[in-house]
Amino acid sequence: MPFISNTSEQQARMLAEIGLTKNDLFADIGEELLYEDFKLPAGLSEQRVRDSMAELAEKNSTHLTCFLGGGFYDHFIPAAVNAIVSRSEFYTAYTPYQPELSQGILQATYEYQSVICRLTEMEVANASLYDGGTALYEAMMMAHRITGRNKIIIDGSVNPIYRVMIRSYTRNLKIEFEESQCTDGLVDRGQIFERLDDKTSAVILQNPNFFGCIDDFSDIAAAAHDKGALLIVSCYPVSLGILKTPGAMGADIVTGEGQSLGLPLAFGGPYLGLMAARKKHVRKMPGRISGETTDAFGRRAYVLTLQAREQHIRRAKATSNICSNEALCALTALVYLSLLGKEGLRETSQLCADKANYAYKRLTAIPGVQPHFRGEWFFNEFVLDLPCEAADVIGKLIERGFAAGFPLSRYYSGMENSILICVTEKRTRHEIGMLAEALESVL
Amino acid sequence: MKLIFEKSVPGRRAVQAGPGDVPAVNIQSTLLRESAAELPELSELDVVRHFTELSHRNFGVDSNFYPLGSCTMKYNPKVAEHIASYPGFARLHPLLPQLRMGGMLTQGALRVLYEMDLLLREITGMAGFTMQPLAGAHGELTGMMIMAAYHADKGNKKTTVLIPDSAHGTNPASAAIAGYSVATIPSKDGVMDVDAVKEHLSDDVAGLMLTCPNTLGLFNPHVKEICDLIHSVNGLAYYDGANLNAIVGKARPGDFGFDIVHVNLHKTFATPHGGGGPGAGPVGVTEELVPYLPVSVVAKRSDGTYTLEYDRPKSIGYIAPFYGNFSVVLKAYVYILMLGNEGLRRVAENAVLNANYVKEKLKSHYRIAFDRLCKHECVFSISDQMAHNGIRAIDIAKALIDRGFHPPTVYFPTVVHEAMMIEPTESESKETLDGFIDAMIDIAGQAGSDPARLKTAPATAPVCRPNETAAARNLNIACL
Amino acid sequence: MIVEGLVYTKQHEWAKVEGNIATVGITDYAQMLLGEIVFVELPVVGTEVISEHEMAVVESTKAASDIFAPVTGKIVSVNSTLESEPELINKDCYNAGWICRIEMADDASLESLLNAEQYKQHVKGAGQ
Repeated sequence: MPFISNTSEQQARMLAEIGLTKNDLFADIGEELLYEDFKLPAGLSEQRVRDSMAELAEKNSTHLTCFLGGGFYDHFIPAAVNAIVSRSEFYTAYTPYQPELSQGILQATYEYQSVICRLTEMEVANASLYDGGTALYEAMMMAHRITGRNKIIIDGSVNPIYRVMIRSYTRNLKIEFEESQCTDGLVDRGQIFERLDDKTSAVILQNPNFFGCIDDFSDIAAAAHDKGALLIVSCYPVSLGILKTPGAMGADIVTGEGQSLGLPLAFGGPYLGLMAARKKHVRKMPGRISGETTDAFGRRAYVLTLQAREQHIRRAKATSNICSNEALCALTALVYLSLLGKEGLRETSQLCADKANYAYKRLTAIPGVQPHFRGEWFFNEFVLDLPCEAADVIGKLIERGFAAGFPLSRYYSGMENSILICVTEKRTRHEIGMLAEALESVL
Repeated sequence: MKLIFEKSVPGRRAVQAGPGDVPAVNIQSTLLRESAAELPELSELDVVRHFTELSHRNFGVDSNFYPLGSCTMKYNPKVAEHIASYPGFARLHPLLPQLRMGGMLTQGALRVLYEMDLLLREITGMAGFTMQPLAGAHGELTGMMIMAAYHADKGNKKTTVLIPDSAHGTNPASAAIAGYSVATIPSKDGVMDVDAVKEHLSDDVAGLMLTCPNTLGLFNPHVKEICDLIHSVNGLAYYDGANLNAIVGKARPGDFGFDIVHVNLHKTFATPHGGGGPGAGPVGVTEELVPYLPVSVVAKRSDGTYTLEYDRPKSIGYIAPFYGNFSVVLKAYVYILMLGNEGLRRVAENAVLNANYVKEKLKSHYRIAFDRLCKHECVFSISDQMAHNGIRAIDIAKALIDRGFHPPTVYFPTVVHEAMMIEPTESESKETLDGFIDAMIDIAGQAGSDPARLKTAPATAPVCRPNETAAARNLNIACL
Repeated sequence: MIVEGLVYTKQHEWAKVEGNIATVGITDYAQMLLGEIVFVELPVVGTEVISEHEMAVVESTKAASDIFAPVTGKIVSVNSTLESEPELINKDCYNAGWICRIEMADDASLESLLNAEQYKQHVKGAGQ
């Protein structure tokens, strides 16, 4: 049998040694509840499985030149990333309950926490959460624990997928939402300030926002703090190679989707939930945390710390129900950031902005194609208005080999003709030119 | 060992980004960070060596026997990793299906999700699955949200969920987030007490969360009766699939009377634990509860193509951005395809045989918590060694490290004093088990002859008993 | 160790009543069960607390445990030394390891508290 080591002869000998028969092993379940009639397909050899899975993989269109983003990005991944994270001492291990056998993952987690703090300019970070959306939900609950308040102001320019996720999770909890709508691609200060009051737990914003526009939330942080509320910012970590950080803006909790840090798109996961915060709030922060200490001989060592807040001890009163993190994905992000290094990340981030800006200019030169927002700065995504329905145009461009962008009508009414286009450092001047030609020809 | 930051040399580079083939843009300076993030500056070789050294300070299933109770550390087939790296899966953008006719661009991936649903239905006896939950605890939360949505829809006023005292801590935490208070049910003879369930039964009971076999490795012979009792007050029974490896291929939670089931793909279906994630925790439900599953749901059209359904008015909504941890689901799918019907039937048989073999061989050396047939794991109490020599479960664990094994789970379940929970899994051979048993017996001897030495173990690991109190008091969780 | 002259709760808090002020901490038995204390989440001065309701959290490496107010009233001061030296609770729980002072609303909540002898019996029961 695949993946079972003992031969039937060995199994028989073991049964005999402990005085049992095969049937005895499940006697406690009782005949009535045992099931004999499983109808699964017959097992396949490795070669057959690989052949049939290769066939399935070919039914997925990954050959399209990708200008699709929306919070999930096609960045370049150096070969060394996979070489390192494929080491089985990492990926076949579990949660580091025994620090003596887990210094590798514990130190890596500590280093990961450190790079996330350095990237966001925050003071503490956890060992990661499931994804950017669940991280944002956890941040909101953390704000609720810190302030004891129930009102959340969330801007309409926060990723719509995250906004619906947060609503699902809070359906059974006493959290009230007020949603502000952005004006010309940026957060409308008037709408935020008029909603901020002494019942407000947190303001939730995103930078760059879902439309790709960039902003400085320092004024909103100050106003929120004036009312005793917190500012939560969801970020795109690659953009922090050049953009002003949530920490510098005065954010209290930072979350983000870490997929852009060396993880493949992989049809939705596994991804990586980033979370960082001010040190004074560390005990209200959910998730695992690796901390530095010394061992019995005074040597530097790492352990899981602040575990008393977690579900396995605190049960119904835990900071969160989460048990695990995305350790291997956090390791991937750490390796990616180490390989890029200080200059490499800055360069990657700048190239994203350069190429997006170039694409913006090329595409808006096409007759009938207009920028949706006027004069706002963007990072590597921007919104264009087409002379006809965007979803149609995107459909036609698929036939020409492009995943040209995302039709905003899917989440925003009144934006039927608007397309969100993303350009990462992977795209070339040539590919951008080809997209421009293809777009012009289908309009 | 040095931190990666301590190895940094100003100006050193590994990966170059680019090509930089377009003019640069100057974004308004107030929107930019003042100085570059202080990431390490290293060559590719520096980075590779750093992480290779770290990997030498880590232990996985591939290193040696890893009998961590309640975690099902079975072998993770390499072919699954290989297939998950196919560009057709790894490079697939999750938003493609949301483009016009975009579903046709992802037929291979949608088929994997659809067929995995069918396979899990057959394995568990449920009527429909969602692949979206990103881990076991996330599956629990999803299941409890489904329970809450069902009761709200039916107009049932429910407040309480029953959970046994031996449950994982995630159970009460998940129930609380779904808006329920928790009533803890005591155990009798190691399993949830039916009479105590009856005492707590009322119209306020929304449901039950049960792991079966439980964290003591014991199958509750009254499981069907308990589910029936819960149904008698219009409650729902939730099966925590943490220990599904004990019955997979032999019995189905659906037949026991459970209404909601979560499955840990990273345990029962052999996907790697990744040092603490990613996992995946698909949730299956009965026919009546299918409308409440999260969106989207993969469906098969009459022409044989696959599509995603979003218009499901009773759904609990979105619990993950897309379709779950797709790569993890894919690896589990590969595992099931390879095992097939016959292979899967042998999983629990061998897991249970291995656990009972270890239990029988060790029970004259350590106090067994419950001396009867166990399922996939067995629990010992180190209370005898503690009483005679002051040796605790943690000392046995550390001594195992010096003998080349990963220790079992210790101090859980909390209902057993100085607990040591051993789960060998079906992957392991008799030779490996015998080696482990010999080591445990050797340690039991040393507990009597040289307890002081045991207290100083491990001697062979890179560190020895890090000070957890100091870590929590003088918090240092980032190098800034 | 149980100190005469104090009053106790079944959840192992102690209170020393002087006039309408109750000084509150956790008992020796409680600190022993918790093990090495690493953090104390103190109540905020000025908050109203209700007897038998949570008012603080004491965290060790093993557990995070709620501390319940033995009496109803208002927090008038807290032992902020515990923020930097939580181990005072392990070393001297009845003196230097006090947690907070509560100005009692009335004497009603005192009635349900245990005296030293009753608490001694309670601990003995819990031990078995």
